[in-house]
Amino acid sequence: MLCIPNSPLAPLAGEGSFESRCRDLHGKVIFQPAALALLLASSLNALGLAAAGLFALRMLRHWNPDVGSEAQIALERRTHLVSTLVVLSLLLSLPMLALFTHTADAMAPFFAGAMCAVGSLKANAWGLPALAVMLAGFFLAAAWLVLHRLDTRGWDQPLLLAKYRLLLLLAPLALAQAALLWLYFGGLKAEVITSCCGSLFGPAATGALAELSALPETIARPLFFLTLALTLAAGTVFLVRGRLGRAFGMLAGLHFLVALAAIVAFIAPHIYEQPHHHCPFCLLQAEHGYAGWLLYPLLFLGTAAGVGAGLAAGVRAASLQAEAPRLAAALARIAVVALAAFGAAVTFYLWRSNLVM
Amino acid sequence: MNTWIERQRGLLDTTVANLRRRKARNLGLFMAYVLLVFLLASVVLFGDGMRREARLLLEVAPELVVQRLTAGRHDLMPAQWLERIAGLRGVAAVEGRLWGYHHDAAVGANLTLQVPKEAAPAAGRVHLGATLARLRGLAPGDVLSLRDHAGQPHAFVVEALLDSRSELVSADLVLLCEADFRAFFGIGAGLYTDAALRVVNPLETRTVAEKVLARLPATRVISREEMRRTYDAVFNWRQGLPLMVLSVLLAAFALLAWDKASGLSAEERREIGILKALGWDSGDVLAMKLWEGALLSVLAFLLGYTLAWLHVYYAGAPLFEPVLKGWSVLYPRFALAPEVDISRIVSLALLTVLPYVAATLVPVWRAATLDPDEVMRE
Repeated sequence: MLCIPNSPLAPLAGEGSFESRCRDLHGKVIFQPAALALLLASSLNALGLAAAGLFALRMLRHWNPDVGSEAQIALERRTHLVSTLVVLSLLLSLPMLALFTHTADAMAPFFAGAMCAVGSLKANAWGLPALAVMLAGFFLAAAWLVLHRLDTRGWDQPLLLAKYRLLLLLAPLALAQAALLWLYFGGLKAEVITSCCGSLFGPAATGALAELSALPETIARPLFFLTLALTLAAGTVFLVRGRLGRAFGMLAGLHFLVALAAIVAFIAPHIYEQPHHHCPFCLLQAEHGYAGWLLYPLLFLGTAAGVGAGLAAGVRAASLQAEAPRLAAALARIAVVALAAFGAAVTFYLWRSNLVM
Repeated sequence: MNTWIERQRGLLDTTVANLRRRKARNLGLFMAYVLLVFLLASVVLFGDGMRREARLLLEVAPELVVQRLTAGRHDLMPAQWLERIAGLRGVAAVEGRLWGYHHDAAVGANLTLQVPKEAAPAAGRVHLGATLARLRGLAPGDVLSLRDHAGQPHAFVVEALLDSRSELVSADLVLLCEADFRAFFGIGAGLYTDAALRVVNPLETRTVAEKVLARLPATRVISREEMRRTYDAVFNWRQGLPLMVLSVLLAAFALLAWDKASGLSAEERREIGILKALGWDSGDVLAMKLWEGALLSVLAFLLGYTLAWLHVYYAGAPLFEPVLKGWSVLYPRFALAPEVDISRIVSLALLTVLPYVAATLVPVWRAATLDPDEVMRE
């Protein structure tokens, strides 16, 4: 890329050896405050969860509640630290997810060819995997917290081992997330010509994402509303009768996948009112009324709470006979409200749209 | 759910009471926290403001600028080249520009001399940038004397001062007519500094640039997009540099917070012991301590951010101006337009609050898991 030599605007950037100074600048996207914040947050998160993972290994090997030894008491004390770490990690993951997508979106003008977050994320190989790992981390941390909450309520801590096994999954994920973010921001080069979302979700594209966008609306639309209706129905039955809890959890998970596919296949085109614009990231932009910032949080919250409700409903420990259904019901209530709001928002956007596909 | 909220409210009440009781002890840490947020936020807000100004300016810049290169250096462009560019399909208009730099010993700075596209001053007259006029003590009607390329003095009558709203670009600007410009720099007729292009379809800018390069290989073509990206990169880099320096401060602050949190006073230890003897479990004490940190963080962040906001948008950011703007002698005075950007607030919160949380977490947990029996025996 060329620099501006002595342009009439050069005073803006200071005088003197402007040319020599800006030669090395183009790759330094990493200096963005948002990038620095994300790197710091993910590194601290990885550090904390890695320590928690190591502790989980020790815990799984040495835990024995029947013994009152020093070592056992030390282990018990440490569980407080570990659970606080995971709570903080979960609290962190949502703002991080939002900041990451927003930063990718805001960085798009840096890259030739990029028009929204997709272009920035595809500017090197690590952007999309980083986003996927962040999403997975969020849902896993949410599931862990449900188990943790139940576990501390039972006098015999019946879910302890399950909890720490799950932590063994969470810790490498946090490490992967930090590594991917470092690779992504460290490897960003502004002179890279990246691709617009049209090449990833467009008619000419190939791959799984393109297949999704090619899904005809006549299939995607009934499928989406059917899954949503089934999920809400199962949730309602669970809230009223206390049955179908596990089915509700599984349906909420299934609904998440179907909803993502539906957003790409027909919800996004309806919001853009353009039959060939399938990008799920352009929804985050101002010109589409920030629709994504309404839809995604509702969907994520509903899914996390729904899966959590399913998990809690599936717990069969004797010491949690009263507590598990109570927590499951509370989570199911959140999930049903969030998913119903999500469905209402989607219906509203479809109703408002002038697009006929 | 309600019981959970009730419990947190109770913990919060206790925490506020605790903080109030130990005001002096927490004040030092709080001040350091505020200062840290203030410094970081000032750098970020100021850099963002500059970037926004640059972007606004570039909106009126030509889509493409073509410069002749001789031996890799910028050279004057003959008028025939302009015609060859104008013949390209997709080019709406070509305009030869005349501008140059002149070192003014009196002010000790470089002036930008330029021939405006329209409304050029009459021969022997100039329009001056406000900053330059202020420094040389000139008002309309006064005479500006400059030495030309041959060392001969040239006297120009100041006709008008440039609008101070555009002071960012016009600070060091001297506008004069074409004949004066050519005589002053000794540039013959038919030569231009560079060429500015308007493109019919903005989406074709890249293609037009390639065509220009194919027809005139000894040129360099600069697009507005590229300029914008370069300025973004310059300001990112300028913003990043002080942030890097401040990160040392961040580490020092984390150390201070860690030290404060791990050095519990005898009174605090006894307090925790009593609470536990009263039936609080480690989780409660931990939650209370975390609330303490959260309250401190929220207050410090709000105060620091507000101060930074005032510092940047109302006081003109005296602390960071030279670093972020550059070291030019003639620096414009201008006010940045205030703007709130939520993603910036989130970034700043992550950058300042996280180190604090990370540093205090382990000491806080240690304190929370103290053995009541052991503490009360001390």
